[in-house]
Amino acid sequence: MKKIKNIKSKQKDNSENQETTPRLELCNITKIYPSVIANDSINLKVAPGEIHAVLGENGAGKSTLMKIIYGVVKPDKGQVLWHGKSRNIINPAYARKLGIGMVFQHFSLFETLTVAENIALAMENQNKTEKLSKKIIEVSEKYGLAVEPERLVHSLPVGLRQRVEIVRCLIQNPKLLIMDEPTSVLTPQAIEKMFVTLRKLSKEGCSILYISHKLNEILELCDKATIIRNGKVIGYATPADETPSSLAKMMIGKELPVCSENRKKIQPKKLLEISNLSKSKDNQFGTSLNNISFNVHSREILGIAGISGNGQHELINSIVGESLSEKPEDIIICEKPAGNFAPDQRRNIGLGFVPEDRLGTGAVPGMNLMYNYFLTGHRQNLVKLGMICFKKTFELAQKCISSFDVKCGSYNDQITSLSGGNVQKFITGREILQNPKLFIVVQPTWGVDIGAANVIRQSIIDLRNQGTGVLLVSEELDELFEVCDRLIVIAKGHISPSLNVKETTKNEIGEWMSGMFPGGPAELMKENLAK
Amino acid sequence: MNIDILLNIFVATIAAGTPLVYAALGELITEKSGVLNLGVEGMMLVGAISGFIAMAKTGSLVFAVLCGMAAGILMSLIFAFLVLTLMANQVASGLALTIFGIGISAFIGIDYTSVALKGIPPLNIPFLSDIPFIGRIFFSYDILIYLSLVLLTGIIFFLYKSRAGLILRAIGENPKSGHALGFSVIGIRYLAVIFGGAMAGIGGVYLAVLYTPMWVEGMVAGRGWISIALVVFATWRPLRVIAGAYLFGGVTIIQFHIQGFGIEISSQFLCMLPYLATIIVLVIISRNKNTIRLNSPASLGTTYHPATN
Repeated sequence: MKKIKNIKSKQKDNSENQETTPRLELCNITKIYPSVIANDSINLKVAPGEIHAVLGENGAGKSTLMKIIYGVVKPDKGQVLWHGKSRNIINPAYARKLGIGMVFQHFSLFETLTVAENIALAMENQNKTEKLSKKIIEVSEKYGLAVEPERLVHSLPVGLRQRVEIVRCLIQNPKLLIMDEPTSVLTPQAIEKMFVTLRKLSKEGCSILYISHKLNEILELCDKATIIRNGKVIGYATPADETPSSLAKMMIGKELPVCSENRKKIQPKKLLEISNLSKSKDNQFGTSLNNISFNVHSREILGIAGISGNGQHELINSIVGESLSEKPEDIIICEKPAGNFAPDQRRNIGLGFVPEDRLGTGAVPGMNLMYNYFLTGHRQNLVKLGMICFKKTFELAQKCISSFDVKCGSYNDQITSLSGGNVQKFITGREILQNPKLFIVVQPTWGVDIGAANVIRQSIIDLRNQGTGVLLVSEELDELFEVCDRLIVIAKGHISPSLNVKETTKNEIGEWMSGMFPGGPAELMKENLAK
Repeated sequence: MNIDILLNIFVATIAAGTPLVYAALGELITEKSGVLNLGVEGMMLVGAISGFIAMAKTGSLVFAVLCGMAAGILMSLIFAFLVLTLMANQVASGLALTIFGIGISAFIGIDYTSVALKGIPPLNIPFLSDIPFIGRIFFSYDILIYLSLVLLTGIIFFLYKSRAGLILRAIGENPKSGHALGFSVIGIRYLAVIFGGAMAGIGGVYLAVLYTPMWVEGMVAGRGWISIALVVFATWRPLRVIAGAYLFGGVTIIQFHIQGFGIEISSQFLCMLPYLATIIVLVIISRNKNTIRLNSPASLGTTYHPATN
């Protein structure tokens, strides 16, 4: 205990006496993995109270660098200076002792525990539950981050889970807060709120390391930026002096491609018809589907907007066949009643599907890229007499890797060794190469950087232009407005009427997302009117 | 008269269930940390013979229990070293541990086969034990039965009230996140496995020294396996584990009585009943998906490799 006190008092002295010393300084940090150099002599300085952006594409090495600062990963070379003193951050507990907190991109929460229990786990000193609950509420009110301490984490929507992570850091009064892609799960309103919190923190003297691929946010929020490409620092910038395109150019090393429209008008066909689909929830944390009807036509992209946990999961499971319907006519795919078809039967009649959960539902983590290609690609004549045609499979996997710009060593890499964006490009490419008639894609750019997101969006648009009907489920309004032709909104298992993208606004959709649309869920309407 | 028989059955039930209470509570803690130790049967046997020899040589119950625990811990350390340090497969290592335990306990116990010990009379608590009926129900047991109830209370408190228990549950749920928070996943799992070994050891000692009390080769007779099944079907909740253990004890005793009445059912069939009844009842009460989801350690049986984080 004494040692800790010493460290703390020394920190105080330092910050009072030497205002010019950076709070955190990285010198020549290098981390080499067997197949790739994740960080190559990285230098970085963060001043007290500064909001510092770390920009870079997927696989550029941002996350590894943050994990080094937080003590999860050990660097091979280089020094971490904390208040000007070299520190060997051996584990996260020591990092927290120094005053470093981290909000992970893939949340590090325990789903079967309550919010309070999750927070208690990160605290060094023992705390009585009631006292802790009080403190949680205190902190969450101070920063406008309401959380309920007694809720079980798995019953919370993603946005709230992230809030729990942030509160977990703030409760320990950090001097440096690391945030890895924090806004990818938030609505525009929630992002605004979070920025208010972060600015407040920075005013109180807390430094923030902010990793994001959304350039607008960095311009709006950050004081300084460090740009990383392929594990090396490309440059330092002051966002106030930059534009989104100049930052993007530094980050990806070339001009940012813009998604282009280019299509011919042809008589549309109905490729997906859902009529009066109702399903009661199968567990207490699910959402019931309530009399859902909509169509997807050929040569169009229909977007489903909504805050996660409003029935998207249940709806998509019904459409792709993970949960079956009693009446086959409820779901008509490519003019065949398919409500009682299993997923592979639905794929046989022309359905392609990229799920939200990339590693698990979308791919088998322990297998290499080629086998993962085969798992849904076998319909392209890759099986003869029950045997795998390796040559053909190899060629198609290679084609997928090259035409969708998947960054990997070779087709023989395990899919877990790829970064999130590259996995997403690979499985999206895999489905697209099979020329689906109806293409369903959920959260295609969740946690994916701007370069990869553009490749994915463009490939969805290209597919539409070839005549495929696309159903896109996303929480990012920007994405929906950029890509879609029509939009519908889902709230508490109810579906709104469809809107033409050109005739609506983000505000209208945002309002509808809270259930305020014609025929919306009655209880939500009442709630909102009461307010 | 009838009440006397019922009382006898009740008291005997508690005794018959106690070896399972120890073994299953130990396995519960092990599994909550995410490690599946299938070697309970083997650890119980080695604990049983060690305790039995200690008892035969010294006559001290305390010493016998300590020897049984030490033997159980040694066995569990072999397992822990294999699966936690060398990252071997948990299922295969656990099966091997059981087979090893069966063999080595038979080998050590050659000279003691069918030797009987003097039974240890139950605790006589002044006044309380003499109260009619109530004295018989509550105050007519041996010390290890009372200890098992203290253990149960302690485990419930530990798992759901203490910070250490919270960390244990968290590690079993998601070792990667635990590592990211700075907990030593491997260290905590070592402790949990060792605890499981110690408890299985006591379970064995109870069986050989207090319940039977004699040594017969392979005398644990599948109770180790039933303990593992208890933990799973009780959806990793201590109170249900206890209920299952006493259910097993109850059916064991009742079938003895049925055999005693001379009812014409083959005794082999009757001997099977406790195992069958316990499994069926537990399967029926553990069908709720939500409770399984909330209580089962999600990482159970998977090897955790810290370096890949």
